[in-house]
Amino acid sequence: MRVLVCVKRVPAPGAKINITEDGQSVDATNLGHTMSPHEECALELAVQLIEAHGGESHVLTLGTAEADEQCRWAASIGISKATLVDAGSMDWDPQRTASAITDSIRSIEEADGGFDVMIFGNESADTGGFQVGVRVSRALGRPMVNAIKGVEVDLEADGKGATLEARRETDNGFEVYQLPMPCAIGVKEGITWPRYPTMRGRLASKKLAVDVAVSDAVPGGQMKVRLNRPEEKVSETVILGHGSEAAPAVVELLKELGLMS
Amino acid sequence: MSEQEVPSHAKVVVIGAGIVGNCLVGHLARLGWTDMVLLDKGPLPNPGGSTGHASNFIFPVDHNKEMALLGVQSANQYRDVERSVDSGGIEVARTQERMDEFDRRMTSAKAWGVEAELLTPAQVKELVPFINDDVILGGFHCPSVSVVDSLDTGTLFRNEAIEKTGLQVFANTEVLDVETEAEPATGLQKVTAVVTDKGRIEAEYVVVACGVWSNRIAKLAGATIPLVPAVHQMADVGPMDVLAETQSEISYPIVRDMDTFCYERQSSGSMEVGSYAHRPILHHPDDIPSNEEAALSPTEMPFTPDDFDQQMEEAIELMDMLGDAEIKYAINGLLSLTPDAMPCLGETTEVRNLWSAAAVWVKEGPGMAQVVAEWMTYGYPRVIDAHGADIARFYDHERNDEHIWSRAEEHFNKTYGIVHPAEQWENRRNLQVSPLFERQEALDAFFFQARSWERPQWYGSNADLVERYDVAEREVEWDNRWWSPITVGEHLNMRENVGLIDLSAFHNFEISGPGAVEFADFLCVNKIGPVGRATYTPWLTPDGGFHSDLTMHRVADDTVIVVTGVFDGGRDLSWMKKNMPKDGSVTVTDRTLQISTLGLWGPNAPATLAKLTDADLSFDGSPYGSLVKVKLNCGGDEIDATLFRISYVGDTGWEIYVAWDDAPKLWDALMEAGADLGIRPTGGGVYGTSGRIEKGYRLQGAELESEYNPLEAGLARPKVKSANFIGKDAYLKARDAGDPEVLMCTMTVDDQTDSQGRVRWMQGGNEPLCDMEGKTIVDSHGRVSRVTTAGYGPSVAKHVLMGYLPREMAAAGTALQVMFMNEFFPVTVVGTDGPFDPTDSRLKGSR
Repeated sequence: MRVLVCVKRVPAPGAKINITEDGQSVDATNLGHTMSPHEECALELAVQLIEAHGGESHVLTLGTAEADEQCRWAASIGISKATLVDAGSMDWDPQRTASAITDSIRSIEEADGGFDVMIFGNESADTGGFQVGVRVSRALGRPMVNAIKGVEVDLEADGKGATLEARRETDNGFEVYQLPMPCAIGVKEGITWPRYPTMRGRLASKKLAVDVAVSDAVPGGQMKVRLNRPEEKVSETVILGHGSEAAPAVVELLKELGLMS
Repeated sequence: MSEQEVPSHAKVVVIGAGIVGNCLVGHLARLGWTDMVLLDKGPLPNPGGSTGHASNFIFPVDHNKEMALLGVQSANQYRDVERSVDSGGIEVARTQERMDEFDRRMTSAKAWGVEAELLTPAQVKELVPFINDDVILGGFHCPSVSVVDSLDTGTLFRNEAIEKTGLQVFANTEVLDVETEAEPATGLQKVTAVVTDKGRIEAEYVVVACGVWSNRIAKLAGATIPLVPAVHQMADVGPMDVLAETQSEISYPIVRDMDTFCYERQSSGSMEVGSYAHRPILHHPDDIPSNEEAALSPTEMPFTPDDFDQQMEEAIELMDMLGDAEIKYAINGLLSLTPDAMPCLGETTEVRNLWSAAAVWVKEGPGMAQVVAEWMTYGYPRVIDAHGADIARFYDHERNDEHIWSRAEEHFNKTYGIVHPAEQWENRRNLQVSPLFERQEALDAFFFQARSWERPQWYGSNADLVERYDVAEREVEWDNRWWSPITVGEHLNMRENVGLIDLSAFHNFEISGPGAVEFADFLCVNKIGPVGRATYTPWLTPDGGFHSDLTMHRVADDTVIVVTGVFDGGRDLSWMKKNMPKDGSVTVTDRTLQISTLGLWGPNAPATLAKLTDADLSFDGSPYGSLVKVKLNCGGDEIDATLFRISYVGDTGWEIYVAWDDAPKLWDALMEAGADLGIRPTGGGVYGTSGRIEKGYRLQGAELESEYNPLEAGLARPKVKSANFIGKDAYLKARDAGDPEVLMCTMTVDDQTDSQGRVRWMQGGNEPLCDMEGKTIVDSHGRVSRVTTAGYGPSVAKHVLMGYLPREMAAAGTALQVMFMNEFFPVTVVGTDGPFDPTDSRLKGSR
């Protein structure tokens, strides 16, 4: 089978997120970069699906040239191919992003064959728009379910063709969806336990040829005006005491919180 | 600023609660200090500095005495609080050059009393079964390598101070300013208060122990602590069954893969791989994120994997299992680097009572904290002489970011490097040159840099002397490195004719004013002479050891000029400023760049100088130790000069002091005057080593350290002056105690042939002096007999060594051994003086 994973390069934030003076982006001076935990799980899921069913996995990202780092991260844990749509910026709106990704998927599929499954993170870690996966799936005419925390693939399901069973958590249990493949899912952190790269994986990823593409997608309707940092909630640590002498204060606090009567 | 949450006054405020600050308050408490406050801007117990991510292991062998002994001292302090495991450690070699270096490390291990052995690859594999023994040539094994818990140790020291003295600790408290007031008489500032976001604390003493942030905090007070935060990459990979099965923090020896500049250290079920091989990555302290802004901690910066890939390949080559282990955690960890790779300890030179305890790593933290605590308490460290770490050693040229960064970049990759004792820096050269620099360059001088000063070590233009005196190169490249046979030629020419030595790097400090002589006498052991006399004298520490060894020139009733070596100028100037009277009776002025000194020595020195002056140059007209003012005719110009009859090379002649700008004229005139008398420009190889060692002359920082006193060094005079001076009580006590336990001696090497039949040359790098059974010689204070200087004495045709020996071994003819490169060589004691011209007939005339 062929599996595609879409990821987005984002700053790995500290507890306090600084914004650049022009209000247009996160100040990443002292920050490394990563992808969202959803997407880390998406990559892991893809690797596991290929391990189980055979085939080829492909990572696709749109962003700056530096997103090469995220492509190689994906390769370091076992993704075999990578495409980077160089947008020259991390700020494309969801419509434009989805349009560019759709185009890119079409050309990858033309060259290498169609993807059976496209996996997105449920939402991106920075803008959290919940849009790109849905827009891409709709543009490609494939069914999509979001917020997935469990997946099973059956490549020969009762003569109905290949199906993907996707589970979504509810308050009382699971919703179960059967999607005919090709299809798309948006996954949530916890669907699987992502592995870290091994040293050999990291070194192998250096040899990956990342296919760099450009896009002529036009801007969509959503505009960023500026970012604001919400008022910080300052929490204060109160030391209740040391050793057994602190016990009465702890009891008092537990009572205050309604945890003891 | 919010309301005052910190005390409004404290005797001591220590800034920084990492391993250094915590151990410091603990040591201060042990020494009786009270009323102390400890601040950190981060939370406890891990405020986010370098201690929090340190790899926490201690390899106790270092060629440098301070680093080695304070490493051992620190390891023992971790053991004392039971936060230490002796994991053992093995350095492995991939090259023959490294195997040779292991021989040198065996020698240093012997000197410092550290158990060590060399291993074959198979023996390494026995101890570390998962190592690939095909890629290594051997190992250097140290069973006492230890792994420590630096955070917990810090907490224990801090708690000790809380319990003993009521130390007040404020975490999450940021220092906003360090206030000072002017001290008019000395030109120094004096620390008065620390301003924090929780209030202002008036303080008598402030200690900066905040690691990578130290220079930023010091600058708040107008002081400098020359260090830069630098990245050390490390990655934690695992889990691996072979490690997890041990069910312990560490069961396998730490492996240092020396030729790839990496280490592998078990950390429970994982392996930590750390590197000093990547490109130097430096940060400005202002660019370090706050605790809140940092993804991990401020000093655990985002990992830059491209810089680490080569190290990964090499690590997998050494331990194949690492390749399939997951990289769970990887950081660009910050640590502190200084321009010369030594720590910054002691009182800052700019601000009285503002102390630095910085650029200290976990491996030497407790010991260096003890050094600073003793320094604050007794006016000098007791556990060890710490001149190499003394923050006052830096000149202005060495305190700016350009210099700090450049030097840190240069030496970062030498962290595991093989560094020759005479190794020279490549970058930041020619910072300070003599007025004769252009002439010396024209003479193809090879320059050694002494701190920021360039000095000719030998002159390429003298290459013909090698043939004249039939001098051979040394057989082994290591012995030949940073050495030239030209030095031997220059030496023999000086002994036969005359040599001209540029001493412009001498540091000249003028003490003037009505209290000048009294203050000068207060600094030194020997009596300041009348006008026209210079005094060669030690400066003692309060405990009676050596702070300095220099000459003091009484040039006028109310003026004394202190002339000291370039390695000690910073320390000596700072010492004067800290000790000078505050009543305005004395002024101290740095005249270094106004005075140039030329040394003219050799049997033809008087005849050469006589061509420039009619003055009486005989021992009557210019007696030994005298200062004579003369006019010298230099190419038709009369220039003022002071002739100081003395010698550090054992030959007749003078130090000639002239105005900086007159030096070129004097140089040209002397070269011309001596042309038919065999004059040659002569380098530092003769002045600092060969000429000096033939006479057994002592050098500050080598033979003379604060651990030794003038009686032991053989520099005590028959009488003690009546005037008070620093260290007098201790000095009198030492004199009353009778014969010293050890004496500074010179020795000659009887046979330099090693087991491979090669002639070897000890370098004076702390090679241990041993008895005939091969045992090191340690006195009752724990001081080990070791080579303090080594050098070939061309006029005695022997390789000469200096070192302290127990009195009973100091007699001429005593047979001993010296270890060099892990082999023993026989030596014979000459005595407490040098082997050349024992009656000083050349120096003082044959009277």
